[in-house]
Amino acid sequence: MKRPIGPTPEPVALPGGVVSRRTFVQAGAAAAGTLVFGFALPALGGGPRSARPSSFSCKGLIRIGATGPIAFIIPQVEMGQGTYTSLSMLMAEELEVGLDQIEIEHAPPDDSLYANAIFAGIQVTGGSNSIRAWWDPIRQAGATAREMLITAAAERWSVAPADCRAERATVIHAASGRSATYGALAARAASVPPPTTVRLKSPAEWKLVSTPAKRLDAPGKVDGTATYGIDTVVPRMKIATVAACPVLGGTLASVDEAKALSIAGVRQVVRLDDAVAIIADHMWAAKQGLAAADPKWREGTNAGVSTEDIVKRLEAASQRPGAVARTVGDVAQAQLTAASSLSAVYELPFLAHATMEPMNCTVHVQSDGCDVWVGTQVATRAQAAAARLCGLPLERVRVHNHLIGSGFGRRLETDFIEQAVAIARQVRDPVKVVWTREEDVQHDRYRPYYYNRVHAAIDAHGNPIAWSHRIAAASNVARWIPAGFKDGIDGDAVDGAVDPPYLLPNLKVEYVREEPPGLIVGWWRGVGPGNNIFVVESFIDELAAVAKADPVAYRSALLVNSPRAKAVLELAAAKANWGDPLPPGRGRGVSVQHAFGSYFAQVAEVTVAADGAVKVDRVVCAVDCGLTVNPDTVKAQLQGGVIFGISATLYGAITLKGGRIEQSNFHDYRVLRINEAPVIDVHLVASGEAPGGIGEPGVTALGPAVANAVFAATGKRIRKLPITT
Amino acid sequence: MITVELNGAARAFDVPADMPLLWVLRDVAHLTGTKFGCGMGLCGACTVHVDGVATRSCITPVGSLSGKKVTTIEAIGKTPAGKRVQRAWLDLEVVQCGYCQSGQIMSAAALLASNPSPSDADIDAGMSGNICRCGTYVRIRAAIKQAAGA
Repeated sequence: MKRPIGPTPEPVALPGGVVSRRTFVQAGAAAAGTLVFGFALPALGGGPRSARPSSFSCKGLIRIGATGPIAFIIPQVEMGQGTYTSLSMLMAEELEVGLDQIEIEHAPPDDSLYANAIFAGIQVTGGSNSIRAWWDPIRQAGATAREMLITAAAERWSVAPADCRAERATVIHAASGRSATYGALAARAASVPPPTTVRLKSPAEWKLVSTPAKRLDAPGKVDGTATYGIDTVVPRMKIATVAACPVLGGTLASVDEAKALSIAGVRQVVRLDDAVAIIADHMWAAKQGLAAADPKWREGTNAGVSTEDIVKRLEAASQRPGAVARTVGDVAQAQLTAASSLSAVYELPFLAHATMEPMNCTVHVQSDGCDVWVGTQVATRAQAAAARLCGLPLERVRVHNHLIGSGFGRRLETDFIEQAVAIARQVRDPVKVVWTREEDVQHDRYRPYYYNRVHAAIDAHGNPIAWSHRIAAASNVARWIPAGFKDGIDGDAVDGAVDPPYLLPNLKVEYVREEPPGLIVGWWRGVGPGNNIFVVESFIDELAAVAKADPVAYRSALLVNSPRAKAVLELAAAKANWGDPLPPGRGRGVSVQHAFGSYFAQVAEVTVAADGAVKVDRVVCAVDCGLTVNPDTVKAQLQGGVIFGISATLYGAITLKGGRIEQSNFHDYRVLRINEAPVIDVHLVASGEAPGGIGEPGVTALGPAVANAVFAATGKRIRKLPITT
Repeated sequence: MITVELNGAARAFDVPADMPLLWVLRDVAHLTGTKFGCGMGLCGACTVHVDGVATRSCITPVGSLSGKKVTTIEAIGKTPAGKRVQRAWLDLEVVQCGYCQSGQIMSAAALLASNPSPSDADIDAGMSGNICRCGTYVRIRAAIKQAAGA
């Protein structure tokens, strides 16, 4: 069998033509005997897609040739979340092919074909929404292709399509015993008018979806043959490593070029305004060349910035009224009738992504085109950036996407791609630019520092009658999707704060934008809810303690309007033996959330040592994410999310001093190791609801569950992360 | 010229003796299954076997390996322990992004080759040098136990 993950195909020129706007799928003969199915999503800026797409393309999601495996062109990039397998399951289910009969291709950059309808309206993988965005379109593509292939067979045999069925890439006419493979039918099917509507299978008819399918990318990942961007090898390729000014906004003052060139294997020194790159035969020469070059910097205006300065600014910002993201009832009025009140400040630090695969990008700039080999969550942005820098039209920039050695949001950025293109413009041969880990940690796009003020008015029974939450932080939306930043509100920064699942009759949520000097913020696994769930679930725990109530019972009583949240909370509590006594120094904490379209609860069990060190012993998860595509992937994402969340909760912090990031590698930007990993139990609630996201909930729920467990063990509230500080 | 036995065949490399094995494998031999993660022996992504011992190739000068046997992820499936580990990894769906898994598998194969029935503490000791940012640890632990029992 061929490797299931194929290369990014070259863009295929297809015959154009005007297509009825009512038809949503068009098939075109891409090459003799090849059928290409696809459709485009409407140009849009967000919101759930409910209507059928109204524009088209011939390029698409499925390619069937006369011979060979059926190609699935997957619009979402695989970075570990299992999307290549789960999206293929959806397509295969309706197309009636086996997962052993397909080959996956990374989608080439094309917003008209591969835009994510619920995230920015561009070709983007992020926000735990791959299934939600493609659940309908991919199944429709599969069903439409299947119907056209059946029609082609029926026409050939002069029988009614209704008397034929499809199974394992073959159309069968049982009455006459005839059958034809999809490959044999592809050329004919290409001229079949696409159906205007197709019926999708009901869950009861599924053979593949909701069953645990083996990951299609796994074999290559256990034998070393899987190819990530950093594994790019092309003829005449050079290897480069780079140092950018350690202070944001600074510039390159000088380099010792002669000394760098004296290192065996060093070929060239490339200067950028804010960086220097050493071009060499291999990484060792490049690294030694960079050390020899000993770059000096003009550090600029950020040279004095420290974390303390930034936190002071955020603290001041949190004292100002913010843009009101949501109000329910009248918080001020409710406070007048309160029996008591509680206030708290919660702070979450800057964080680096520290993806296992350091930033890298291979580029070959030629006079008439540019090739970019990279693993990116934003293929069209990568293409546009390279085109702009090279002064080339978009179609002359070929982006060859790859498996991603973890993203966590880092590869939603194009900074490292733009830098590589700028370097490659000065290099004759293809050049692979590889950042060292130190460069990766110190030139990240960091998770924002969040400064939160929360206040609750409490009635005589201990229940919150008014809840106000003000979030002061930098805005990812304003930088990344400026059009989405409206009326001073960053919708991501307040996500998870504006709609707590609890009965809160009076609610006010505000956002104050405060951009830090000295670093650039970016998306980080968990995004806005990563802050807000921590705040909401920590503060509700504090309210429960004030009311002298059990944390689960207190929450449960306030979840009257959210039965799905209540159900996962109670399931997690039951599976965790909530209420069973624990020895001194140990504690259980709980969190429940509705985020990323899924309901999720965690119970964490911790041990707190005499010196305050926290060990997470066990995490019990209960999730209702609606219909599941690949249940084992759901479990894997939650298990992984828990581990990722523990790293951040116990250890994660990026700090600045003298304008420089103080951390540099895994010794001082610590992440969890296997000897620190808890037992993790995941319980799935069977659900017929629409699918929800699963990549990030495990992360966002973990912090408050652990912090609340520390409180249970010690009586000490955690209002600032990481816990070790 | 430095000669090592790489995946069963003698290979001569005309590179500086202080060049870490990692870059010889990746940039000269183009065996890209061995991954770069930290460059300081902190993350284990670059783990290979030198005479059967799990070794961080990013901090191992190739000049120290003259005449030694180097095995990488590309050939570990030819060893009994490596084959069992790969099988268990697939059976239990350990991988996510997969970038660290070459190193994880090399460490696990070395662990099982020297300790056929590792306890949880043995697994912690043998595997705590390998970071996985996707957080596949609970499955790594289960897969090592399965491979040990196979």
